[in-house]
Amino acid sequence: MRKNKHVLSRLLKYIGKNFRWQLIIIAIAILISSVAHVYGQLFLETLIDDYITPLIGVENPVFTEVFQAIGWMALIYLIGVLCTLLYSRKVVDVSQGVLKMIRDDMFRHMETLPIRYFDENNHGDIMSYYINDTDALREMISQSIPNCIANGTMIIAVFISMLSLNIPLTIIIVFGVTFMVTLAKIIGKKSSYYFIQRQKSVAKVNAYIEEMIDGQKVIKVFTHEEEAKKDFDTINEELFRNTKNANTYANILMPIMGNIGYLLYVIIAICGGFIAIKTNTLSVGAIASFLLLTRSFTMHTNQLSQQYNSIALAMAGAGRIFQLIDEKSEENNGTISLVYAQKEEDGTLKESKKYTGIWAWKDEESHTLTELKGDIQFTDVDFSYVKNKKVLHDISLYAKPGQKIAFVGATGAGKTTIANLINRFYDIEEGTIEYDGIDIKKINKKDLRKSLGMVLQDVNLFTGTIMENLRYGRESATDEECIEAAKLANAHDFIEQLPEGYQTVLTDNGNSLSQGERQLLAIARCAVSNPPVMILDEATSSIDTRTEKAVQEGMDKLMEGRTVFVIAHRLSTIRNAKAILVLENGKIIERGNHEQLIAEKGKYYQLYTGLFELE
Amino acid sequence: MIKKILKSVREYKKATLLTPFFVSIEVILEVLIPFLMTKMIDDGINQSNLNVIYLIGGILVVISILSLIAGWLSGKYAALASSGFAKNLRQDMYYKIQDYSFSNIESFSSSSLVTRLTTDVNNIQMTYQMITRIAIRAPMMLLFSLFMVFSIHRKLSLIFLVIIPILGFCLIYIANKAHPLFESVFHTYDILNNRVQENVRGIRVVKSYVQEETEIKKFDQISNKIYQTFLKAEKLVAWNTPIMRLCVYSSIILISWIGSTFVVGGSLTTGELTGVITYAAQILNSLMMLSMVYVMCIISIPSMERVVEVLEEKPTIVTPENPIKEVKDGSIQFENVNFSYSEKKKKYVLKDINLQIQSGEMIGIIGGIGSSKSSLVNLIPRLYDATTGSVKVGGKNVKNYDLNTLRDSVAVVLQKNVLFSGTIKENLRWGNKEATLEEMKKVCDIACCNEFISKFPDGYDTYIDQGGTNVSGGQKQRLCIARALLKKPKIIILDDSTSAVDTKTDAMIRKAFKEYIPEVTKIIIAQRIASVEDCDRVIVLNKGKVDAFDTPKKLLKTNKIYQEVYESQKKGEKKDEEK
Repeated sequence: MRKNKHVLSRLLKYIGKNFRWQLIIIAIAILISSVAHVYGQLFLETLIDDYITPLIGVENPVFTEVFQAIGWMALIYLIGVLCTLLYSRKVVDVSQGVLKMIRDDMFRHMETLPIRYFDENNHGDIMSYYINDTDALREMISQSIPNCIANGTMIIAVFISMLSLNIPLTIIIVFGVTFMVTLAKIIGKKSSYYFIQRQKSVAKVNAYIEEMIDGQKVIKVFTHEEEAKKDFDTINEELFRNTKNANTYANILMPIMGNIGYLLYVIIAICGGFIAIKTNTLSVGAIASFLLLTRSFTMHTNQLSQQYNSIALAMAGAGRIFQLIDEKSEENNGTISLVYAQKEEDGTLKESKKYTGIWAWKDEESHTLTELKGDIQFTDVDFSYVKNKKVLHDISLYAKPGQKIAFVGATGAGKTTIANLINRFYDIEEGTIEYDGIDIKKINKKDLRKSLGMVLQDVNLFTGTIMENLRYGRESATDEECIEAAKLANAHDFIEQLPEGYQTVLTDNGNSLSQGERQLLAIARCAVSNPPVMILDEATSSIDTRTEKAVQEGMDKLMEGRTVFVIAHRLSTIRNAKAILVLENGKIIERGNHEQLIAEKGKYYQLYTGLFELE
Repeated sequence: MIKKILKSVREYKKATLLTPFFVSIEVILEVLIPFLMTKMIDDGINQSNLNVIYLIGGILVVISILSLIAGWLSGKYAALASSGFAKNLRQDMYYKIQDYSFSNIESFSSSSLVTRLTTDVNNIQMTYQMITRIAIRAPMMLLFSLFMVFSIHRKLSLIFLVIIPILGFCLIYIANKAHPLFESVFHTYDILNNRVQENVRGIRVVKSYVQEETEIKKFDQISNKIYQTFLKAEKLVAWNTPIMRLCVYSSIILISWIGSTFVVGGSLTTGELTGVITYAAQILNSLMMLSMVYVMCIISIPSMERVVEVLEEKPTIVTPENPIKEVKDGSIQFENVNFSYSEKKKKYVLKDINLQIQSGEMIGIIGGIGSSKSSLVNLIPRLYDATTGSVKVGGKNVKNYDLNTLRDSVAVVLQKNVLFSGTIKENLRWGNKEATLEEMKKVCDIACCNEFISKFPDGYDTYIDQGGTNVSGGQKQRLCIARALLKKPKIIILDDSTSAVDTKTDAMIRKAFKEYIPEVTKIIIAQRIASVEDCDRVIVLNKGKVDAFDTPKKLLKTNKIYQEVYESQKKGEKKDEEK
């Protein structure tokens, strides 16, 4: 609960930051429209008692005053309607505005989070912040908050009127309403407990169905249908129970509160009647008014308590959203940046505004330029994802400009981890990594990454045309340059064969293309950005021989003249590497070129001869 | 359509009927309560008659308790009926999907099936609850109140003949206008969802190309589009409350204006005037509720359509009557088989296939992309049916077998294979529920899994994450092979199932196949020539036709395609040897 209060106050601050005036206008408009509403109701009595009743039995009654009074009432109602219109529409501005603000802030912040966040959190959970949780907020802002303001003001106004009429009766009401509110809280708690349970079951059913439907063909092949049904029934039943309970509690809140309100009314009527008739300290008219007030008091309390659930849900959602916003961004303290450069005639470097094909590291403090060559050196690097569980030990290696370095080893040996360290997706614990003699910790992360191309095993393409995807790495690239790169990567032929060619729109991670074609696009994309250093994670499976050949050729062409780190899954592709590093359990156990390693007759030899023997 | 869906109500029919029953009681009592309250004030308090106060107070206590009970029960049964109905609907759909054949599954995308089972069912559930509760309450309230007004003063009730159609028209107009806007919001939400997903999944690409700013810009655009449309839609809906108030207030004004002359004229008492005004609010309120039901219904109609589509899909492959319950041996025959995925388009992906495979043979299949290798083997366990011609297993047409019998005897390790979240043991047991650890160890030996399973701290109890993301591609493939072997099939088909396995292990698996399961027919689809080199015979497929079917040695001499592939894959190694 305390946590909720904290979230609420933070949320209000968040909303207040940009929508303070709108909120004030809304509050005032709600206030006026509520007052108009009540005033209208009360005026009705005056109308009947003071204007209409006197006319009864009068011959030739004159209605002018009556109609004037009605006109007055109409005017007040009109103001009420206009204020209602005003706040109903303003509330939409605020709720949608806040929603957009939160969405944008969330995404903007998410983009700055370290890779670790994405590796450690469930992707489905992250996505639900954007849809489900923001929607719970919308509900709260557009429904619950106006509701609370309206009912809250009414309750206060009614309470003051009651106090002025009769204090003992008011005390009885206070007791009664306290009882109602406590009851509402108990039911509300139960209900939101089951709503949260239900949310969990929904997630469970979702995950189960998703997994099973993805594997539906396997179910068929293994004639596993009956078991699949049984498992489904269990979780389906659980979802049913939680939904039923959540809805039951939500449904019964209204009748319970409403009818207890009636009971309170009866108690007041009896007590009030008793006091009035036996003691004469209370007028009959006052009791009638008091009873009317009692009704509206319980009614508004009832309506206020209906908001409990939606506020609780919204608070939970807001809590999760703030959690994301509070995640620490990736640190980026590097002062050395990457600039385009051109060589003067005397061989010195000069910064250039345009893309020249030559890059230089610029030290923002000393204003010196160092040409980017692609020299990478690891010295005694240790790394662990989880504290005290080292996955890399004492890794030292170097790659001179233009060299191809290959990593070989079993899954989990640490090949991919090394790639994660070069571009600082993760930061090392001990040792140093140097890039052209500069410690990479001093380089601005964005610039560091711009200088490193990456082709990963899992290809990720974005919704958009093929051309847009190719241009991903360098927005300024012309169509010709992109096509040139596609030709280099052997992707041009298949792209041309698509009905829309380079303008083909890819959706769903390029679902319509084969694995090999997507790999080719990833290579071409990398070629467009033309980085001096590359990290290649070879694709392994599901490529037919012809495409594989094309991919290999594309990669070979891309590698020319660059420093390349290859994470190898097949030994045949790395025979020409300058150095092959064999990794086992996070340590480099062998290094050398193909011939040397074969001569060494170690692990590489074993791996290789396994292959050799077969062919 | 509605009839079809309502079939799933089943055991919740009682609860469904009890809900409106209790709702009606609630409504009647609710209408009585204000009536009694006025009476208590008029006859009791205003007349200073304590006895009347006690009497009416007593009646009111009884009535409110009854109303509370009725409200409680109606709420409870409404929840029970709607969530039970939803449960049955999900169950019916899921069971139906279990009967789907491969081509049925392909006609829906898996993400659409998930939405249908969850979001769509949820929409229907909410509408159902709303209908059982409000669709009874609102019209009852409306009619009852109209009746009361009519019985109080006939001429005064004419006001409602004007106001009800106006309000009704406005509410429906707004609902109809806003609906397409909301649809478009949901559609844009899908795009937003997709953007976020791409970014979460491809964050490494985004970061390594330093495209955070561009992605934020792209996101802003969509976010802005949602903002604009949502704003428009909700601003439209925001008219509802003011219009509602305007109608209520206008009727109050009209009633008091016209009513005052009646009161003075003597045809209406002041108490009746207040009564009419109270009923006016109730009448218009019920109209508002009805319009909400209307909106709910429009929203859920597409959901209903999508659900019915799943329920009405006809499984294309079913077990015949009097099926054969035993597969004699692992022999396979294809006789004049043609096959096309779509019945309408007669574009055959397999043409004129005639094959004879003996029980226990090891058969390799190679061919380029689009040569229909997978299509060919999918016909054997009847994952699809041949369009013309016949496929025989153990000498009998596959169409005559009991589906379970056939598929238990023909184990396919699919190209796109899946492990399920659960321990390794649980995953293996898919092959055979009663398998002992010994049996598992044995098949894992054949599939070369023991080597890595023994390295896991939890061994066979190691938990596999959803999608098998915590084991490597090669390990996953090997586990899938082990799982298939545990079925003790007569035929085992590996559809490119060792592509991620290193070549040495790949060869070991094939060697183990020959040693341990010599009687089982083995069919191996592969990209690597090395994977089929030690097969008894190899089928070379080209564009859906059998180009050659012979021993690898002969193929190397006679078949051009085989030679080509062989050359391209062996060249590298040859060069190396020469060095």
